[in-house]
Amino acid sequence: MQVTEKKHAQEAHDDHGHGHELAHHFVSVEQQHDAGNLGMWMFLTTEVLFFGGLFAAYTIYRYKFEKVFEQASNILDPMLGAINTIVLIFSSVTMAFAVRSAQQGKSKAIVAWLGATIVFGGLFLGIKYFEWKHDAQLHVFPTSDFNWTWAREKHSEGEHGGHGHDSHGPELKGYIFNSPVVPANYVESDARNPEAKQAKLFFFLYFSMTSLHALHMVIGFGVMAVIMAYAWNGYYTANYYVPVESIGLYWHFVDLVWIFLFPLLYLLGAHLGAGH
Amino acid sequence: MSLHPPAKAWTYWANFLALCVLTVVTWLTARMDLGALSTPVALGIAVIKAALVVLFFMHVWESTPLTKLVIAMSLFMLTVLLTFMFTDYMTRNYDVLPPADHAAAAPGKH
Repeated sequence: MQVTEKKHAQEAHDDHGHGHELAHHFVSVEQQHDAGNLGMWMFLTTEVLFFGGLFAAYTIYRYKFEKVFEQASNILDPMLGAINTIVLIFSSVTMAFAVRSAQQGKSKAIVAWLGATIVFGGLFLGIKYFEWKHDAQLHVFPTSDFNWTWAREKHSEGEHGGHGHDSHGPELKGYIFNSPVVPANYVESDARNPEAKQAKLFFFLYFSMTSLHALHMVIGFGVMAVIMAYAWNGYYTANYYVPVESIGLYWHFVDLVWIFLFPLLYLLGAHLGAGH
Repeated sequence: MSLHPPAKAWTYWANFLALCVLTVVTWLTARMDLGALSTPVALGIAVIKAALVVLFFMHVWESTPLTKLVIAMSLFMLTVLLTFMFTDYMTRNYDVLPPADHAAAAPGKH
């Protein structure tokens, strides 16, 4: 190890043709790589605690309002959650291959694998969009539009094949995704029911966590686009690929967050089955 | 000269397959009513999946001891956050919202 470090330091000083491969304040490309890698992990540590705060809030409210949290979770579709989990894991595989291509110094392959990662990440967000749209129809957005009575009724109708007709006549449109306006008697029913507030809290956590997760993905797309442009121009070599490896770590971290969100949000109420 | 010899491609596909199988397993076990065991089972599977991602996709299996220390520290700090917050909430008797049993005890009342 020491011998190779010396050898590389020697090479770097002898041959300035290495260009950006080795910054002057590093002894060797290994040291430079390990420092960059460590820095990215330090950033991910802050991310763990960032999401950790939301997981802590979820844990406390779920402990306090266990029954309603299970019923609220049952509104979500575990099938779509599972499909999205596999889509996101697949985008992690393509990302792993992007980093592998960087290790091999194959610039064009980095571009192709990162492109595939963006495509499957985009598929994940597309499925999420349709879920959120459905959530708006059920009035579970934690705004003044929220209605637990409506959500439970419409959800059990949907499970029993009640799609396609709406007995309440949606003449008026709400402000999120044109969802039908909730009739006044539903609003009164919710006002009398303390469980409605607890369910609203579950959906507040659900939307906070999934939208913060989605925001991380969108930021990841932006960084990937920049790295693709650099890779296309042959900026990364087998000796210098820390940026590719760092976006890889970031993307796998986003995958990790989802691996925990899936059981906590989608599977919590799955045992209640249809129509609850 | 390459900094790190790249991993064999099949290890990534094998990891993907294992993660898919675990996703299906956690979904199937969640549909069964395991009672008090359901959360430990779901979180146990999630931890195994997370470990596969961290060790093989994030290459922690072959990372430097310093990187491993930073990861251990992040898990430790997360444990501190959750444990101390939870011991506080579990040992105090105040409510931040109307209690869950309020509705069950007196339905239809304010």
